[in-house]
Amino acid sequence: MTKDPVDVLIIGAGASGAAVAWSLAETKMHILCLEQGGWMNPAEYPSTGRDWEAKFFGEWSSSPNIRGRPEDYPVNDDNSPIKVVNYNAVGGSTVMYTAHWPRLHPSDFKVKTLDGVADDWPIDYDALTPFFEENDRMMGTSGLSGDPLSPLTHPPMPQQPMGLSGAIVGKAMNKLGWHWWPSDTTVATTDYEGRARCINLGHCTPACAQGAKSSTDITYWPHAVRAGVELRTHSRVREITTDENGMATGVVYYDKDGVEQFQPAHVVIIACNGVGTPRLLLNSKSDRFPNGLANSSGLVGKNLMFHPYAQIYGYVKEPTDSNRAPPTCLWSKEWYDTDLSRGFVRGYGVQFVRGAGPVFEAVVSEQKGILPWGEDHHRVFRKLNGHRLGFSAICEDLPEEHNQVTLDPVLKDSHGIPAPKINYTISENSQKMMDHALARGREILETAGATDICTNSPIPWGGWHLLGTARMGTDPKRSVVNEWGRTHDVKNLFIVDGSIFVTSGGVNPTSTIQALALYIADQMKQRLANLFD
Amino acid sequence: MSAETQLTRTQCDDLRTVAGMIVPASDAYKVPGADDPAIQADILATLGRDAKLVTAALDHLAGLAGGPLAELDAAKRDVVAQEFRKSGGAAAATLTRVILQCYYRDDRVLRSLGLELRAPFPKGYVLPDGDWSLLDPVKARGGTLRRAP
Repeated sequence: MTKDPVDVLIIGAGASGAAVAWSLAETKMHILCLEQGGWMNPAEYPSTGRDWEAKFFGEWSSSPNIRGRPEDYPVNDDNSPIKVVNYNAVGGSTVMYTAHWPRLHPSDFKVKTLDGVADDWPIDYDALTPFFEENDRMMGTSGLSGDPLSPLTHPPMPQQPMGLSGAIVGKAMNKLGWHWWPSDTTVATTDYEGRARCINLGHCTPACAQGAKSSTDITYWPHAVRAGVELRTHSRVREITTDENGMATGVVYYDKDGVEQFQPAHVVIIACNGVGTPRLLLNSKSDRFPNGLANSSGLVGKNLMFHPYAQIYGYVKEPTDSNRAPPTCLWSKEWYDTDLSRGFVRGYGVQFVRGAGPVFEAVVSEQKGILPWGEDHHRVFRKLNGHRLGFSAICEDLPEEHNQVTLDPVLKDSHGIPAPKINYTISENSQKMMDHALARGREILETAGATDICTNSPIPWGGWHLLGTARMGTDPKRSVVNEWGRTHDVKNLFIVDGSIFVTSGGVNPTSTIQALALYIADQMKQRLANLFD
Repeated sequence: MSAETQLTRTQCDDLRTVAGMIVPASDAYKVPGADDPAIQADILATLGRDAKLVTAALDHLAGLAGGPLAELDAAKRDVVAQEFRKSGGAAAATLTRVILQCYYRDDRVLRSLGLELRAPFPKGYVLPDGDWSLLDPVKARGGTLRRAP
């Protein structure tokens, strides 16, 4: 049976798909979103059970390869020191993230002008400002306005408590004369828009049973669905189809029963993240687009940026917050901007980490060799458990074409769709940045009195931020989408996720991804009469 | 198929033996070892997706021991354990992890650590707000945001 065409078809119900769906809903167009995962059930979230920590090593792993749910697709990341992590469901990876909520700085949009590297974005920070603000209201942020080294934000809720860990970090940073500030987060610190306030379940990353951590299944989606957007779950898109004029005509997808379907559409919006989006475009080859859809530049899949994380942690004598609080609480922008005397260009943001639960502490410390087998195990464990203090640097990854997503010639998902393959190396500049960060982290930890210092650099399963693989620009030879998110090659095809980032900045990108999605939706609404010109 | 039937009796014996080597019982801390019957039962009942790697680890362990680990004397077991930790790879890491994740959720162990015997939800925890005057030096230093000309 032929389906009626929809006005707008959105692929992916995660951070950006939800935002663009909600924003476009006011047009009263027929909007359909296809999502390969389903709705989440908070009653099944790990923190509701005594085995909450063990689940993070299996069915609630951040790695789709380890998790292996039917909703997930495999990723061949053997050729990358950083492994891809994500989540596939309504809410996407906002279901499984730390809720740390910085945004790109104004300088991040002009790195070529300022530092002579990579490229400037075709838009600037000011163009996104109203959408950052709108997104913060929709997602519900908490924080303390007035950070002198961060863009001005107006979180509607107060910052998280400093806690024991935050106080130790703050004192150490003050001794060293370095910048720190309570993080903006999407953890509700008061009741907010139907969400209950945070009660410090601690295990925030693999989903929040309280609903205090913002994820788009509980923020944008209820509003979008009420406004008439249709969300079809367990629907995995295989390819985008085109006609003889090079316009997108719809998508081929597999429904919840695994049956192939065709859904026609007048406009297609991709919101599948920096790995899923190039995978879909490369899987949408045709005679007219033999190298993949929207790929006349040859840049689809190239310039993958991950943010290599340099992590260092140690153990202080005082108790820390352990697992009894959201994992992140403070940030530092002390090393965010370029200072060439450090030996590298650009910089990194820092997020401080409060601690870990007992199982995680035991497992990781045993692997690191600081928790012995045998009689001394108990004494050492009591010294470590509840005393961990951590520092993670989010290093700006500059775009390099050899870091890329391609299609694996063998690996396929459960529907037989070719899986993505990652080829990625850490650049010399990033490595110097990571080394610098570890040295500063060590100074901080030692100032706080920490011992038994350990590092993970990069964090191997740290590929949370998937950016740059369908970059934005005004030159069709050097970019995949234009300055308002429309692909240069297909005039009714848009991309709104992290793949359109030109550069990565040194902060978690979700806030900026969603602001971009809202900005693109706004641009589309302003151009409805001549959207395809 | 339950995990208990996935492991042979010899493998179960070796699992118990190596668990006791990783975390022995302690009178001083009033805790059982990881070879405690209740903890072993928890491990076997929840092996699930880890069963394959745990089996591989136990096979590797038996190979290093030249037979059942449980039948070696303490000194020889220690030598085997050292080699196992060096050469066991992902399988050894998985075996160790499943032992530790069951050990550190046992009521007696959590009680000894001063931790509550419950899931985090729905009660949660209380966090001290802290002394925000600690931020005063940061505010006093100020700063400027870098911008393009």
